[in-house]
Amino acid sequence: MKGSDVTVSNVSKSFGTFSALKDVSLDIRKGEFFSLLGPSGCGKTTLLRAIAGFEEPDSGIISIDGTDVSGLPPDKRRCNTVFQSYALFPHLSVYENVAFPLRIKKTPNRLIKELVMKYLSLVQLESHAEKKPSQLSGGQKQRVAIARALINEPSVLLLDEPLSALDAKLRQHMLMELDSIHDKVGITFIYVTHDQQEALSVSDRIAVMSAGNVLQVGSPQQIYENPATEFVARFIGEANVFQGMVLSREGTLNVMDAEAFGEMLVDDETPVDVGDRVIVTIRPEKIRITNEKPSGKELNVVHGIVEEPVYSGFQTKYVVRTDAGSRITIFRQHANWSEGIPDIEWKDEVFLSFSARDLVIVEKNAS
Amino acid sequence: MKRNYGMAYAAPQALWLTVFFAAPLLIIIAYSFLKKGLYGGVELHLSLQAYIDMANPTLLLVTLRTLWMSFVATLITILIALPCGYSIARSKNQALRLFLVIVPFWTNFLVRCYAWIAILGNEGFVNQALRFLGFRPEGVQFLYNQGAVVLVLVYMYLPYAILPLFSTIDKFDFTLLEAARDLGASKMQSYIKVMLPNIKGGIVTSILFTFIPIFGAYAVPLLIGGKDSYMLGNVIADQLTKTRNWPLASAISMTVTLLTAISVFLFALRKPKEHHIEKDMDPLASSSGGAGRNGLVGGSAEGVR
Repeated sequence: MKGSDVTVSNVSKSFGTFSALKDVSLDIRKGEFFSLLGPSGCGKTTLLRAIAGFEEPDSGIISIDGTDVSGLPPDKRRCNTVFQSYALFPHLSVYENVAFPLRIKKTPNRLIKELVMKYLSLVQLESHAEKKPSQLSGGQKQRVAIARALINEPSVLLLDEPLSALDAKLRQHMLMELDSIHDKVGITFIYVTHDQQEALSVSDRIAVMSAGNVLQVGSPQQIYENPATEFVARFIGEANVFQGMVLSREGTLNVMDAEAFGEMLVDDETPVDVGDRVIVTIRPEKIRITNEKPSGKELNVVHGIVEEPVYSGFQTKYVVRTDAGSRITIFRQHANWSEGIPDIEWKDEVFLSFSARDLVIVEKNAS
Repeated sequence: MKRNYGMAYAAPQALWLTVFFAAPLLIIIAYSFLKKGLYGGVELHLSLQAYIDMANPTLLLVTLRTLWMSFVATLITILIALPCGYSIARSKNQALRLFLVIVPFWTNFLVRCYAWIAILGNEGFVNQALRFLGFRPEGVQFLYNQGAVVLVLVYMYLPYAILPLFSTIDKFDFTLLEAARDLGASKMQSYIKVMLPNIKGGIVTSILFTFIPIFGAYAVPLLIGGKDSYMLGNVIADQLTKTRNWPLASAISMTVTLLTAISVFLFALRKPKEHHIEKDMDPLASSSGGAGRNGLVGGSAEGVR
């Protein structure tokens, strides 16, 4: 493998009184597409800059392939960065931008030409070699930045919100292209983003960050299906969150008294005791909405009134107020023709049903 | 129908420029082709005598010296102004620092010249301090030489160089420096290969703003300089007031103006250095001329270290 392991151990960093990173530890594996996901100000960019060598951590160690890189300047690290603003050199042509790292290394001219053309073709920009950055579109600039960052054959590529300046369609396209470039070059990608969709669709693993802490590290499925905290549940996709107290427990099946909901069956392996206060979540697409009352084993059924139906083609989003007063969000996919017909409308009385197994305990506080 | 008032709006400025700029210039041109009057002034008699008089070794020496001193003073000014402009652009209180750059303009030019005499003169602060500390009780002759003139010229024109450099550097995207470091450039390489080409415009403006006035300097060499720092401006003044050869003074003035105009023109028009991609793309050219071009690139990279 050409990639490197990146290990972050107990790294802290403050700017004045603001602590951007609080004792962060991460193990990023060789060749992985690893995302740092979080809202702005959560410390993800600071962590990326610390790995690149632009920020020196106040404490803690960052090592690449087991070697401590503390105090090593950016030009001595085998990492290259794709900047959010692209940072292309405006006075140089596309060709010379990509050739820049090689010119610094005094690579022979013949080899420079070969490599530049190889990397320009990787990002499909061979025909734009002579243009100046100002003549390129946003997506093209992005590609130049990627080619330039890869030409030094780094073992880690750091991407700082590389797609945030592109429009939605192009972003999807570039994302898939990044994924295929990752497959081709096989090095470690560390990808900073605040967009959970981006992170979910391309990452091997994701670290969700908030206020300088890493809240959860896991595969996209783990992060989505088993969020470790309420924050993670709410930040990734949409989530219905209930607070309540455990009334009884039998195996993994709990009966819980949920606020503004009533009794709720929760099937989750998290060990809880009777009397514990817990927070549980369920994803909106896991709730069924029907006109008739359904029945089934370990099924939570609740009656309510539709407050807001929002039609968006492939699905309809409903917000339902239950009799006990909680507001629950439901996504109903239009998987076949009959589900596309709006049979449930505003102010309709409906039944919501969801399996005990689809509820996840995200936080517990012993009473 | 819409009426075009453009001409009317431009008239005051046109009048101003004609009366205060074009007319005097034309008068100087005219004087340089007239015969010298007996007691100053001119006689209405066409003559090329002034231009013939200009071809004398003393004047050539003064011209070369003026060029040399202007070059050295401009170079030093730019070398000081670059880090100054950079630090102001990166500073958190730009306003205060810019203010400090402009403060000297509140004092008259000549007063500031005399201030330097008070600092560097035989009874000046520096010499008094040296005496007080027991060094050189006879004093050091700081003034009345080329070094002193260059020093004071640098001091006088430094703000003119700092301001355009500051405004260009302020607009410079500093992520580019990080990108350069990230791509393997040392700190120095990132400044020279990325920052300098991108602030070239500001450097050119600064050079023009300092070189032109320094080339025509008169008061500073007169007050601070000695025999070895007599500049073209002083020659012109002497021809006007002492020797009373107005046509010669006009001819020298015209030559200085023309030289400056031509050099500014060439400076502003020169083509920015392009990297020849076409050559790189052409396999034949790169196989034959590859070594030479590579040498050139290597050479410029070496210059950096």
